Amino acid sequence: MSETPYAVMRPGALPEPLIFERGARGRTGATFDAAAAGGPASEEVLPPALRREDDLAGLPEVSELDVVRHFTRLSQWNLSAATTFYPLGSCTMKYNPLVNEAVARLTGFADLHPLLPASWTQGAMELMARLADFLREVSGLPGVTLQPAAGAHGELTGMKMIRAYHVDRGDPRRRVLIPASAHGTNPASAALCGYGVTEVPANREGMLDVATVRGLLGADVAALMVTNPNTLGVFERDIAAIGEAVHAAGALLYCDGANMNALLGVAKPGDMGADVLQFNLHKTFSTPHGGGGPGAGPVAVSERLEPYLPTPRLVRDASGWRWSSDFPKAIGRVRSFHGNFGMLVRAYCYMRALGGDGLTDVTEKAVLNANYVRARLQGTYPLAFATPSLHECVFSDRDLEPTGVHTLDVAKRLLDYGFYAPTIYFPLVVPGAIMIEPTETESQQTLDEFVAALEAIAAEARRDPEMVKGAPHATFVARLDETRAARRPVLRWTPTTDGE
Amino acid sequence: MRFTPHTPAEVDAMLAAIGAPSAAALFAHVPIALRERAALKLPPGVGEREVRAELAALASANGRRDATIFLGAGAYPHFVPAAVDALAGRAEFATAYTPYQPEVSQGTLQATFEFQTAVAALTGMEVANAGMYDGASAAAEAVLMTQRLKPGRPVVAVSRALHPEYRDVIATYLEGVPDAELVDVPWRDDGTTELPSDALLKRASCLVLGYPNVFGAIEDLARAATAVHAAGALLVSATAESLALALLRSPGGADVDIAVAEGQSLGLPLSYGGPGLGLFASRQSFVRNLPGRLVGETVDAQGRRGYVLTLATREQHIRRERATSNICTNHGLCALQSIVYVSLLGRSGLRALAERNLRGAHALAGRLGGVGRLRFAAPYFNEFVLEVRGARRRWETALADGIVAGLPLGTWYPELEDGLLVCATELHDVAAHERLVAALGGAQA
Repeated sequence: MSETPYAVMRPGALPEPLIFERGARGRTGATFDAAAAGGPASEEVLPPALRREDDLAGLPEVSELDVVRHFTRLSQWNLSAATTFYPLGSCTMKYNPLVNEAVARLTGFADLHPLLPASWTQGAMELMARLADFLREVSGLPGVTLQPAAGAHGELTGMKMIRAYHVDRGDPRRRVLIPASAHGTNPASAALCGYGVTEVPANREGMLDVATVRGLLGADVAALMVTNPNTLGVFERDIAAIGEAVHAAGALLYCDGANMNALLGVAKPGDMGADVLQFNLHKTFSTPHGGGGPGAGPVAVSERLEPYLPTPRLVRDASGWRWSSDFPKAIGRVRSFHGNFGMLVRAYCYMRALGGDGLTDVTEKAVLNANYVRARLQGTYPLAFATPSLHECVFSDRDLEPTGVHTLDVAKRLLDYGFYAPTIYFPLVVPGAIMIEPTETESQQTLDEFVAALEAIAAEARRDPEMVKGAPHATFVARLDETRAARRPVLRWTPTTDGE
Repeated sequence: MRFTPHTPAEVDAMLAAIGAPSAAALFAHVPIALRERAALKLPPGVGEREVRAELAALASANGRRDATIFLGAGAYPHFVPAAVDALAGRAEFATAYTPYQPEVSQGTLQATFEFQTAVAALTGMEVANAGMYDGASAAAEAVLMTQRLKPGRPVVAVSRALHPEYRDVIATYLEGVPDAELVDVPWRDDGTTELPSDALLKRASCLVLGYPNVFGAIEDLARAATAVHAAGALLVSATAESLALALLRSPGGADVDIAVAEGQSLGLPLSYGGPGLGLFASRQSFVRNLPGRLVGETVDAQGRRGYVLTLATREQHIRRERATSNICTNHGLCALQSIVYVSLLGRSGLRALAERNLRGAHALAGRLGGVGRLRFAAPYFNEFVLEVRGARRRWETALADGIVAGLPLGTWYPELEDGLLVCATELHDVAAHERLVAALGGAQA
């Protein structure tokens, strides 16, 4: 087994206890003078039935240094885009510019209360208006909301608008067409709006056929949800004809914008016939992934859906920007306040700093990188489909079958080589899928190292399959038992939980 | 600014390996009708110095120097120690993603397990998830969960004293749920919510109460729970000011079924309302119906304790249209900020901070006695409604002096046109209190 290139991974290193397992009764990292502004004690104003009953038992009691060591050590147990090539297909793990972090922390943004009068928040509103304009240009669609907190939240918002449109016409319709390769959030969002889901099969090239779509359209179909390029990284060639067929049947076209990294300066969803598009600002637009968010999921819509955009909306009059809910057909609000403003600041900074030329360069290099990986690997792993790849490429583990080594084992073995694994087993239409999205911020050097690791693992699978199946060997912990976690769930620490 | 590292020589070498004549050739299969319209009409890129200057100008066009702001109403100004951002902002946390490969994500996973533990402890509930977007959408997801748990009960009873934005989000989420009917439950003169009739509760999947509610009033959750459970329904509590949970009877201690909250008070900056943090906790028996991610404890192949995402069969990537929610990316880094904050303050620090908030707000209410009266008699934490004649005019006068005298309630409650929703936290000292008293008292009725 080759040496892991990253010294920070120490197999068998001392485990870091839970924060609750450190400390001592009465220890604290911060103190406050409860009497500093005067006023009665809580016992004087809260009747016993409304008072806390357990003195916050179960919360940590540690010093500030304990907290610093604990979370600093925990951070070192993570691989992240900042330490490691992170080719998670469909997640767009590009570099998260540190300038974004600096501007989001400006006190004029960070300390701004959302309910301040408009005259005190013109800077924030101007930023949101400019970002909305940028997103209009990128999408080719006229209506934009910045309210949704994540991509899935944007999908829900978009589907609610589609529903409102049909209900407004007195023709509610009950079904939504969704490709089998779609991200799970697509059918989940449709179901949350009361729709039944009909799956659209892909053709032999992994794409949607306009004839198949036409056959499934009908008076009861509210929308077709597509991702373009699709979750295989392949451009849906028939998209314009598909859009026309959808509209001819009285339905609407939902475009999942998760793969926008492949389209900047290349194709606009509005020109493809999209009625709704959600963006994932934490993907194409560089805001950090945060270990699972926060992201943001702004939505762009065609003219026919503009009346249904959530409220409140930014409007401009003689005195400047203000929030208005004076839109009777709006679907209402989908969260409190105005949006994930901190993430909107980061995305605006990114789009402004790159400009039209820089954003076009993003897609050019993202597609170049993905095609380079595809070309270098296709002799070693079978491609899922022969169709051209855009910003991501999908392989399968078919050729490894005789060894008994599967995609999961390859992914775990990659961790030993100091790489985060690609997305695996998605899309569902490819058995043993390995989806690689390098993004544009990686160098040829890094890609060559990654290819070399995958080639080495393929050789290891044939020479020593048991070793590969036992991977990872060089990470902080060995392969974790996910079955046990689900069978007897332990979802919190309690004082009686066995610490070892 | 550009972050693509490619040299022209590298581009040539890569194209040669691909067998493509040019970078443009990689897009040849995209229909020309789309490509020729796709040019981005955006200003050209600028350098770091220029973009920072532009953003700084936008940032300084907000707020006012030397302002004194007594706004809560769902977003609470608190002091955040430097250690929170220094730790949670570490790139190893900030630039990781969903821990699909748990062996190299133990930092995120263990911190999330600790977060789940802290949320369960704070709410007094048995289990908590890994977080959601904000308190309002968490409340909406809680309502949908009660609909799943109590099929055949179309009514969702919502207190009119629940934060109106929470109610609006619940209403949006209920659109499209067949037969669902949102029924508003009125508030009483003391500021708490009336108990709905047994007949209504028998048709309801849940009753939703703010805790404290939008007026700052503390509801008697235990009493509501008795009535709600007798009718076979579920009680949902929604806490906009999570710090209050350090001093109040916990929702779990009051027999609540699902407790949601906005976690922004626990270490997150205001940031013009987002990103916030939804807290979501429930009874253990409901665990397979929970929305959102869950981190569970397990062991590795060598018997070491470790953490993994678990019970994923509830979620969209497995169950698709039959998932408990569509949520995927949540607010993971915000959850990390809050567990760092809660760890720093700990059991005694949180209690002392909450006490400081309660005492300060009550002291301020006393000092405002000459200006107006407390509109509601119910106990409160750090927020109250001051009734004062000509409230909106006085509020505007105070604004001109750089003082935001709470939120004029007339926008949300026309029947409370003379009400100001005033919030005082540990950021407001006696001098700030006196400035508010002077600003409101100065204007003539």
